[in-house]
Amino acid sequence: MMPDLGKYAGAVLSSYAVALGLIVVLVALSIWRARRVKAALDLVEKRNKRHG
Amino acid sequence: MGRYVRFMSLWEYANPVKFIRTTDVVLPWVSVLAVLCLVVGLIWGFFFTPEDYRQGSTVKIIYLHVPAALMAINAWMMMLVASLIWIIRRHHVSALAARAAAPVGAVMTLIALATGALWGQPMWGTWWAWDPRLTSFLILFLFYLGYMALWSAIEDDDTAADLTSILCLVGSVFAVLSRYAVNFWNQGLHQGASLSLDKEENVADVFYFPLLVCIAGFVLLFIALVFLRTQTEIRARRTRALIAREQQG
Repeated sequence: MMPDLGKYAGAVLSSYAVALGLIVVLVALSIWRARRVKAALDLVEKRNKRHG
Repeated sequence: MGRYVRFMSLWEYANPVKFIRTTDVVLPWVSVLAVLCLVVGLIWGFFFTPEDYRQGSTVKIIYLHVPAALMAINAWMMMLVASLIWIIRRHHVSALAARAAAPVGAVMTLIALATGALWGQPMWGTWWAWDPRLTSFLILFLFYLGYMALWSAIEDDDTAADLTSILCLVGSVFAVLSRYAVNFWNQGLHQGASLSLDKEENVADVFYFPLLVCIAGFVLLFIALVFLRTQTEIRARRTRALIAREQQG
C-alpha cells in the first residue's frame, strides 16, 4: 500500500509530518480557546443576570 | 424580493449576534467538507499519483506546499479587505475577523516555508536561498508575527484594530510580492507558478486534479477556522466589555 518513495522518503515523509502536525495543533488550539472563551462568557453573563 | 435583498446584504454580518448565529449553522458543513477534501486530496496525491520524471517522489510535497503557499498569501489578502472595512466602516466583526485569520495565515506560511525547505534540499541542494520568492515569504511570515504581537500588545481593542490595519496595508506589498516575485525578477531558484490559466504552464493533469482537491480542502479549512476563531474573538470582546462594566458599576 505504501508507495516506494526511494531516496527522497525522508524529505516527503518529513514534509507530511510537519504540515499535518502544524495543522492539527492549530485546529486543536482554536477549538480549545473557543470552548474556554465561550465558558468564560457564559459565566460572566450568568453573573450579570443574577445581579440584574 | 425585499427579504432576498436583505438576506444578500453582507453588512448584516457586521452584527456580531447575526454573525455567530449564521456561522454556527454553516461551520459544521464547512468543517466536514474541509476534512473530506483534505483526506481525499492527500490520499489521492500521496498514494495514487506517479513519481515525476525529474523530481521523483518529492513531487508529492506539492499537495501541501502549493495549497499552504496559496493560503498564506490569500489569508493576508482577506485580512487586508477586513482591515479596509474596519478603517472605512468601523465594523468590529471585520477587525476581529482579520485578527482571527492571522494565526491561520502564519501557520500556512510556516508550512509553505518548511515544506519548501524540505523539498528544496534534495532538488536544489540547499535548504534555503535568498531567492526573491523565498525571501518575500519569510518577510510575510515576520509580518504575520508582528501583526499578532501588535494585537496582543495594545489593550484598547479599537486602537489595536486601527494600528494593525495600517500594518496590514503595509504588509500587503509583501503578500503581493510573494505571489509575483518570480515574474518581477527573472532570477532565483524557485520555478514559476504551478497553477496557471495557461494550460501549457500547468503541472501535468495526473498531479493537477488531486492538487485542486487539496487546494479546496485548504480553502475550506481556512474558512472554517476563521469562522470559529472570529466567533471566539467576538465572545472574548464581549466578555471584556461585561467585566469592565461590572468593575465600573
